[in-house]
Amino acid sequence: MKPRTIVEKIWDSHVVAEKPGAPALLYIDLHLTHEVTSPQAFSTLRERGLKVRRPDLTIATMDHSTPTTSRDLPMLDPIGKAQLDQMTQNCKDFGIRLYDLKTTKQGIVHVIGPEQGLTQPGMTIVCGDSHTATHGAFGALAFGIGTSQVGHVFATQCLLQTPSKSYAIRVEGALKPGVSAKDIILAVIAKIGIGGGTGTVFEYQGSTISSLSMEERMTICNMSIEGGARAGLVAPDDTTYQYISGREFAPKGADWDAALARWKQLPTDQGAQYAKELTLDASTLEPMVTFGTNPGMGIPISGAIPDPASVSDPIEKSDLIKALKYMDLEPGKQLKGHKIDVVFVGSCTNSRISDLRAAASVMKGRKVNPHVRMLVVPGSMQVKKQAEAEGLDKIFREAGADFREAGCSMCLAMNGDQLEPGEYSVSTSNRNFEGRQGKGGRTFLASPLTAAASAVTGVVTDVRTLL
Amino acid sequence: MKFEKIESKIAVLPVDNIDTDQIIPARYLKSISKEGLGEGLFRDWRLNADGTPKPDFVLNKPEAKGVQILVTGDNFGCGSSREHAPWALVQSGIRAVISTSFADIFKGNALKNQLLPVVVPADAHAELLKSPWATVKIDLAAQTVTLPSGRVVEFPIDSFAKQCLVEGIDELGYMLQQEPAIAAFEAQRVGSVNTLR
Ligand code: SF4
Repeated sequence: MKPRTIVEKIWDSHVVAEKPGAPALLYIDLHLTHEVTSPQAFSTLRERGLKVRRPDLTIATMDHSTPTTSRDLPMLDPIGKAQLDQMTQNCKDFGIRLYDLKTTKQGIVHVIGPEQGLTQPGMTIVCGDSHTATHGAFGALAFGIGTSQVGHVFATQCLLQTPSKSYAIRVEGALKPGVSAKDIILAVIAKIGIGGGTGTVFEYQGSTISSLSMEERMTICNMSIEGGARAGLVAPDDTTYQYISGREFAPKGADWDAALARWKQLPTDQGAQYAKELTLDASTLEPMVTFGTNPGMGIPISGAIPDPASVSDPIEKSDLIKALKYMDLEPGKQLKGHKIDVVFVGSCTNSRISDLRAAASVMKGRKVNPHVRMLVVPGSMQVKKQAEAEGLDKIFREAGADFREAGCSMCLAMNGDQLEPGEYSVSTSNRNFEGRQGKGGRTFLASPLTAAASAVTGVVTDVRTLL
Repeated sequence: MKFEKIESKIAVLPVDNIDTDQIIPARYLKSISKEGLGEGLFRDWRLNADGTPKPDFVLNKPEAKGVQILVTGDNFGCGSSREHAPWALVQSGIRAVISTSFADIFKGNALKNQLLPVVVPADAHAELLKSPWATVKIDLAAQTVTLPSGRVVEFPIDSFAKQCLVEGIDELGYMLQQEPAIAAFEAQRVGSVNTLR
């Protein structure tokens, strides 16, 4: 048999039917859904008198428009509340398990899947959300879909798909202190650009990736879409199996043994072909930070903001000028030392317990700078509980930060947590698009370590000076 | 609904990497229907904070009235998977976007909503960028764009997506017809592969 990549193996085992001239019908093992991209899909089901084919393979949560203030307070936004009420009704009508605001398992869709053991190697996983690639950290083929396709999966548990090419991203060498998984992925995106992976699936590999924890791998896979790839994954290994073992939805007993035997067949065969390859030396990386209005506009913390004068392509040049104007930054200068107003630690990229521990390690015994507002938003209620058990909440609160309930929060600013026009944030989220964190707001993307260090000093900071 | 030929003036928005947060900001995503999303289209590029139009924005120009084709920079529609982006474009009268490339999810979403993502070669794109408000023809059946100069260039499109648009095939209906194959596939899956419990 021809050597295959992990992506090809997962693809081959999920093709339900293939007809000439049409995309393949691909079976979906796990469908995650949330309140923002599902209502119109449920409406389609109602209009056509259809049921959800596999409610048992469908899991719903509320995360995008949910408040992060105390769950005992009434929800102030009537439109947001209507959306959550509709979600409750939809899940009730169609028999879908819902982790709503009253449960202890609610959280950002990409945080709770792995946390509950729902996310498993070799699965096909979809969600009406572009950061579904996060689940690829487990060796699953996981990608974001639009609302029409959410309806397709509800009704048929399948999608019409054409195969993607594999793009090998090799990361080798040891990370220096103060440099983290977030810096790896920001460096990758800065290198290939935000369209660099269009039409491909990233397979992250190499000694650095192997040495990362599951949570760190999730941070990397999460931002595959920011490199233009619809999915990104890491072949499963012992780190993966250890993480899954014993979680609520993980296979048990004989099922576990069978699953493990299956999972061990997944890694890419020797000699399999990749459409594209990139190698990155992790030992040369510094903490990364973005300066512009897309995630590819990133620089090492010691680097300078690029000068449009040195860009030859006319549209690229005008885009850079436009970005610097929006961000009100000067070319040639360092970003380090730039005054900030807000620090956000959260989002499906960096809101897991290890992210909060990293931020807390910097905050401990220090204070949030008086002109900075710092928001720490755990990715799930389980993460919040764990953080409280470890006393991290106290560290944040004593430092003067706000420690909230779980949700997407200021990652996309739908729930009232947002920047004011003109404000600068250092954010551990994944998008720095114009207005993403609030109309007129300006975002510098960075790691939890960099975010925490910047909260303390009040300016964009090289965390290595505080370690 | 069958997709017919388009002949329209072009509005030119020469920006690369226009993300779906610009096409429609997140605050317009709280709706539980598809209605009224046109109001959010390019909201923060189109209107000032006080709701007055920004006169320089291309879709606010008097010439933009009735425009059905938008020409943009590379990698249009990157970012979030929100289908609200093509919904908002379609509700504002846009039927095709011409660029040098599109983000994957946006392209798929657009095709499911009768919005045609048209990829043209760099030289044709350059001509379009220099010809705001010129008239362009798009023939989906022939997969061609007739440029303002009269030159005709071909564009690629997935053959199944084209068939769905041209013949008005309903994708979900097509999938539902394959129910026996889906049931057979499920039947041969055993143990934990076919369940989450
Ligand atoms: S945290 Fe941000 S990127 Fe992640 S799912 Fe929520 S809104 Fe999307």
